[in-house]
Amino acid sequence: MTDTNELIRLSAARLAEKLRAGEVTSVQVTQAFLDRIAAVDGGERGVNAFLHVNTEEALAVAAEVDAIRAAGGAAAEELHELAGVPIAVKDLIVTIGQPTTAGSKILEGWHSPYDATVVKRLRAAKMPILGKTNLDEFAMGSSTEHSAYGPTRNPWDLDRIPGGSGGGSAAAVAAFEAPLALGTDTGGSIRQPGAVTGTVGVKPTYGSVSRYGAIAMASSLDQIGPVSRTVLDSALLHQVIGGHDPFDSTSLPDPLADLAAAARLGSVDGMKIGIIKELHGEGYQAGVENRFNESLDLLKEAGAEIVEVSCPNFKYALGAYYLIMPSEASSNLAKFDGVRYGLRVLPEEGPLTIERVMGATRAAGFGDEVKRRIILGTYALSAGYYDAYYGSAQKVRTLIQRDFEAAFAQADVLISPTAPTTAFKLGEKLNDPLAMYLNDVATIPANMAGVPGLSLPGGLADEDGLPVGIQLLAPARQDARLYQVGAVLESLLENKWGGPLLAQAPELAGSTETQEAK
Amino acid sequence: MAAINRDDVAHLAQLAHIEMSAEELDRMAGELAVIVDSVKSVSEAAGDDVPATSHPIPLTNVFREDVVGHTLTAEQALSGAPDSDDNRFKVPAILDEA
Repeated sequence: MTDTNELIRLSAARLAEKLRAGEVTSVQVTQAFLDRIAAVDGGERGVNAFLHVNTEEALAVAAEVDAIRAAGGAAAEELHELAGVPIAVKDLIVTIGQPTTAGSKILEGWHSPYDATVVKRLRAAKMPILGKTNLDEFAMGSSTEHSAYGPTRNPWDLDRIPGGSGGGSAAAVAAFEAPLALGTDTGGSIRQPGAVTGTVGVKPTYGSVSRYGAIAMASSLDQIGPVSRTVLDSALLHQVIGGHDPFDSTSLPDPLADLAAAARLGSVDGMKIGIIKELHGEGYQAGVENRFNESLDLLKEAGAEIVEVSCPNFKYALGAYYLIMPSEASSNLAKFDGVRYGLRVLPEEGPLTIERVMGATRAAGFGDEVKRRIILGTYALSAGYYDAYYGSAQKVRTLIQRDFEAAFAQADVLISPTAPTTAFKLGEKLNDPLAMYLNDVATIPANMAGVPGLSLPGGLADEDGLPVGIQLLAPARQDARLYQVGAVLESLLENKWGGPLLAQAPELAGSTETQEAK
Repeated sequence: MAAINRDDVAHLAQLAHIEMSAEELDRMAGELAVIVDSVKSVSEAAGDDVPATSHPIPLTNVFREDVVGHTLTAEQALSGAPDSDDNRFKVPAILDEA
């Protein structure tokens, strides 16, 4: 049997191979990750990636897979490729049998009566669910500091943010607490955490993965996607969760391409890769820019043709996003009113009417960032401002789509840094919402246009030794190209580093609390 | 475009059913003014000839056969309710009795 310390560092694809070969059991694998969570997640200086750990159910599913495999025959052969490989789920995605909080006090202790479609698919593939991961409240933020349950820490430097909103999923994977995780991406919430934690994150084409059961922030932008340590692992997970779902009216009817095959192609020879002029240079940290240029050189050496494209309307993307997203969020979050689920707070004085109960419930249940966005959205949608704000922002969306169309006429995929900076310090931007928003400047255009994007580790910035993310973008429905180019770049970079980037991450000591408990 | 002020925020908070203290209104008005100012340029970006996009991937309406499908039981639907009675959600008075 492999040492557990080695086991947790294996990719999901490698774990799946070892499980199939009978070299290790799913119970051993699942227990190894649960032990890791117990060792590094809790306590004062813990990663705090998990809001809930699903020990019993995860081990039961693992045991079931082991039993099927041990019995052999048709049932064993029919097991999904990733059967027995554990996974963590962002706590914005509803699950039967575990609490779902969305990182908010308003849903504290709430249990969903149904499973999200992606969760049903994980269950059908018999992947043990390790637990639910931390996030900015209702996925609103770029640092996980807006979680009502305390921030997640970046495994590379525990005093820094793990990105957001899906900082929990990214940190869990970076800290070897899970081989895979699910995230959601509205403006970069999968890709930016991937960038700052040295992991892989993918926002699929809008509609290619069902949103049913993902608590909605901005319905026309939200997308569930995979989080992993390798490009191939994300492709494999994407294949588990993707494909049409009649429960989501925006779900694409298209059959899913063979994404893992694309990741295994191993060539970018003759492909045209477009640098987006507006998404690098000024405003981007020097170390980010250096790693970005290094990736371009590697792709060029591998036979890709690098071209420059211009997307002049991207400069309006952030502004338009901060009108569309809050508008949709203000409408989506109206359902948290203390009537059908979640918190109910009664006003301390005065008449007890439902309106006043709603006001008191939402005042107590929502955090500052959520309130800010609801107010901003209500403003943008209000009479007299609708055309100037929401209407104009929707027009900008058309301009961004046109920019992408023109760019993809010149290039097969586009490339940029995922985020303008490496991980900032916890607390650094908490009181400056606008500075926080700027961290998503490179990721937002993909959501506005519905195109897929992937972030993979591009190395460490010279000035601070922290991970830099490289973003690839492809036309809608061409997610396979991201995996093809991403896997090639990953392998070129790993050759250069002599192994995965995460092998260079500092060893997590684990909290004294858990060590004492042991 | 008009700037956002404290009175606007108070009105919007009321529309959005969020009670806010005086201190919160002051702070929120300041923060939102900065954000609103930063998104101003959006209204000048596109001319009248540019159509609006509400949805990233064009889709037509989706229909299904009108048959009873998966539904939650009353018990499941009420399982997370703060208060319920006789298979219904229970709430305080809908109208102000004053």
